Amino acid sequence: MSAENDCLNAVLGRIPYAYFLGMRAELHGDEMTAILPFSELLIGNPVLPAIHGGVLGAFMEMTALAQLSVSQGLVRQPKPIDVTVEYLRSGKPRTTYARATIKRLGRRIANVQVEAWQDTRAAPIAALHGHFLIAPKDD
Amino acid sequence: MTSPLDVIREMGDQLIHASPQAKALGMSLVSVEQAQAILKIAYKPELVGDPDTGVVAGGVITTLLDQTCGQAIWAALPEYTSIATLDLRIDYMRPAKPGADIFAHAHCYKLTRSVAFVRAQAYDVDREDPIATAQAAFMLDAHAGRAGGDPKPRFGEGEPA
Repeated sequence: MSAENDCLNAVLGRIPYAYFLGMRAELHGDEMTAILPFSELLIGNPVLPAIHGGVLGAFMEMTALAQLSVSQGLVRQPKPIDVTVEYLRSGKPRTTYARATIKRLGRRIANVQVEAWQDTRAAPIAALHGHFLIAPKDD
Repeated sequence: MTSPLDVIREMGDQLIHASPQAKALGMSLVSVEQAQAILKIAYKPELVGDPDTGVVAGGVITTLLDQTCGQAIWAALPEYTSIATLDLRIDYMRPAKPGADIFAHAHCYKLTRSVAFVRAQAYDVDREDPIATAQAAFMLDAHAGRAGGDPKPRFGEGEPA
């Protein structure tokens, strides 16, 4: 584990909701993979069973925020402006991964895309596209 | 035959808590009527997304909106069918007030044979001053195309993923 990795997980560890989900992240060079180990409390549909759609949205949103922090070394957390979540496959009771791509970084706004997958990276279970406010001052 | 709306009214929180995530978040039913539902999450420190401000994570609101949309769809359906979120668009208007309970109101304004369209708002102190608004589409009878045909769950046993 690199110092950057420790720093990233320290940032995530400070966020109560990231701890609530049980989310962590790994950094290899400048590429970050967010990891959400399965736990019973993440289930939305106990019949299938499937991970709650809201949890997948939340996990990808946190992935976008973490990627922005990693890439930009931001002191303050970016704020989501809008997100669109697409559900492609049901989230099975196993570990989920996500990676974020910063499509454009302006002075105040970042445009970020995230994909989440389980077994196969090429078969994502959900995707998120969102705008985040990275202005240094409060709006 | 009992309608899903009657089942929601009768079972209340018990139905919502069939979803372990909804239970873990402390979600509860505030009210339900034809095609509409209001759900609540009580403020808890473990749901904070920004430790510097104490503001609840956007993801908590995402889950609340998704769940409330599902309840509104069931409250609109003549009989129970499984549902699955196709997409969910959320606009975040302002941060939630630290310490305040968060509510979501959803309205299923259109049902087709296969799809339900829903709008929802999340708010805390003032319903006219939303934290976030959402627009979502859900697939109805989500398991219909599945090979092998899963046994259809009885209402009250399943929640939307």
